[in-house]
Amino acid sequence: MRIEPRSKVSKTLIISVPILSSFAALLIAAIPISFAGANILQAYQEMFFGVFGSVFSFSEMLTRATPLIFTGLAAALAFRARLWNIGAEGQLYLGALLSVVVGTGYFDLPPLLLTPVIILCGAMAGAVGMAVPTFLKVRFGADEVVTTLLLNFVILIFIQMMLEGALKDPMGLGWPQSSPIVEEAMLPKLLPRMRVHSGLILAIVCAVVVHFMLSRTVWGFRVRAVGENAVAAKYAGIPVHRSLFMVAIFSGALAGLAGVSEVAGLKGYLTADLSPGFGYTGIVVAMLAGLSPLGVVLAAIFIASVFVGADSMSRAMGVSSYLADLVVALSLLSVLVGGFATRFRIVWSKRQPGDNG
Amino acid sequence: MIDILNILLSESFWAASLRIASPLIFGVLGALLCERAGVLNLGIEGIFVAGAMAGWMAVWLGAGLWGGVFFAMLAGAALGLIHGILTVPLGLSQHVSGLGVTLFATSLSYFVYRTSLPAVSSPPRIEPFRALDIPILSDLPFVGPVLFQQTALTWLALLLVAVIWYVMNRTPLGSALRAVGDNPDSVDAQGLSVYALRIGAVVAGSSLMALGGAFLTMSAFDAFFFGMVNGRGWICIALVIFASWQPGKALLGAMLFGAFDALQVRLQTEVGALVPGQIFLMAPYLLSILALVIAARRADYPRALLTPWFKGQR
Repeated sequence: MRIEPRSKVSKTLIISVPILSSFAALLIAAIPISFAGANILQAYQEMFFGVFGSVFSFSEMLTRATPLIFTGLAAALAFRARLWNIGAEGQLYLGALLSVVVGTGYFDLPPLLLTPVIILCGAMAGAVGMAVPTFLKVRFGADEVVTTLLLNFVILIFIQMMLEGALKDPMGLGWPQSSPIVEEAMLPKLLPRMRVHSGLILAIVCAVVVHFMLSRTVWGFRVRAVGENAVAAKYAGIPVHRSLFMVAIFSGALAGLAGVSEVAGLKGYLTADLSPGFGYTGIVVAMLAGLSPLGVVLAAIFIASVFVGADSMSRAMGVSSYLADLVVALSLLSVLVGGFATRFRIVWSKRQPGDNG
Repeated sequence: MIDILNILLSESFWAASLRIASPLIFGVLGALLCERAGVLNLGIEGIFVAGAMAGWMAVWLGAGLWGGVFFAMLAGAALGLIHGILTVPLGLSQHVSGLGVTLFATSLSYFVYRTSLPAVSSPPRIEPFRALDIPILSDLPFVGPVLFQQTALTWLALLLVAVIWYVMNRTPLGSALRAVGDNPDSVDAQGLSVYALRIGAVVAGSSLMALGGAFLTMSAFDAFFFGMVNGRGWICIALVIFASWQPGKALLGAMLFGAFDALQVRLQTEVGALVPGQIFLMAPYLLSILALVIAARRADYPRALLTPWFKGQR
């Protein structure tokens, strides 16, 4: 038995692997469900109807998918250039922070102008959040994995500081939360009496734009070249550092938009528990999508279904909703193994490698 | 200034520094073992959580303190085996696999904890490791409280620094481990198994990381809390670069870190009214980033770090 690279990777395999991996992760979840003493079939049923059972539950799933599309895009774009942005969680909070700063009345703008200003400022804050570690990488060689991870903690503590200090809502009854964003500047809701908002449209537009930029522009070609082989790209005359900075800025901006959309689309104000790990889950979304921007939308919908379905199952059957995080982690690990299957195959012959010269 | 001097000269300050450094020593040594063999292990943060949870739960179920240590290490080893198999023979992305292990280990620990203890508001406590009381030595001025009134786990951490230094630099196994992280082809040419050495290093390193987690629930505190690891694993990944993959410098780095952390807690009580407390909470993370920025260019990375190696393929 030996392992050898496939000479041709089939399209069917590329598409079927993430789907199979997701189902594998869902199937493995039967083990923890039975550990929790629940009826497995009933649990899966509750999960399914918790998402597809009503228009409302489906709209809740789309609400949950919205920030995941943004953070998934942030990770997918950065990983394409082998820039390991693990800091989407922090960049999300930076985006949310600046959007409440400009959105709560510091600027006296008409609402029609205020909404785009909020969106732009949030994206900019996220971009700065990723430009700093990229600078540390390019200038000092400091590994961006570690710096972005550590900055997540720094930023979250900074947010807590602001929420207890300068940005604390005087009307907030002492809770550490910001003042609400001006009502008229909030992103419009998509359906009456539901929480799903136009952040979802913005997220899908971003996915299409990123897809177009990566596949149809010179810039996208450079990004992919840097990701595949930075040294070769440099010798080919591609400005590697500049390309990296561009990727960093766009990736950070996308993560910042996740924060904007959560604050200006859903919550209305900022708290320190705005994100239950959307930044980290975005990495799973990106990997499930095979780093394809359009795939990110589908992967985010799958992951959001797992979360919303598991929440509803948890309420009905008392199985801890940490099950959802477990399924998400398992689907990352299984799509990794699946990715191996697309690139290599196992040959069951006794012939030693190199026998045929 | 006088205040800082007073703090630096106090026994309790140095005792606290060593206490804060202890879990980091385990973690940095674990990361060092993995990386010296050529494998980055970003599973560390989750392995800390799993070690903290497994050790605590084993004690709570009546396995005894050393039984807890054993089960924590076992959990770490199992998670290390997952990371090892994914990254070594399968050669998958070490970054992504490590993050996957962290997500998996964290969510599994939380799920098991919640499922075993569905309705507790305050976490059940265990009887943790007590400070050793060594006759004569514990009563020595200064050295006594700093060194000889620590728990057995801190002593284990210090002992492991020496053991790992010895194994790395003075044994054939150590030179094979270093070679497999620098030039796996040479190890293969000698007829040794690159796969076995690398997986072995990741499994051993991961069980040390889990010990770092176990220190939190079994020595520093006496219960398991959500979010208690709080980035300590990531700090270890920064410290191992700062330490240039040397066990001695790893100890130094962890001690420096512990000292700064102990100092900021004491300064906080002195000037707490003037500065928001969060400034002090940020300090450890900013400090780690600073250490990384200073050390990164000079760092002597294991040459085959992050590079998968496949048998029969040059």
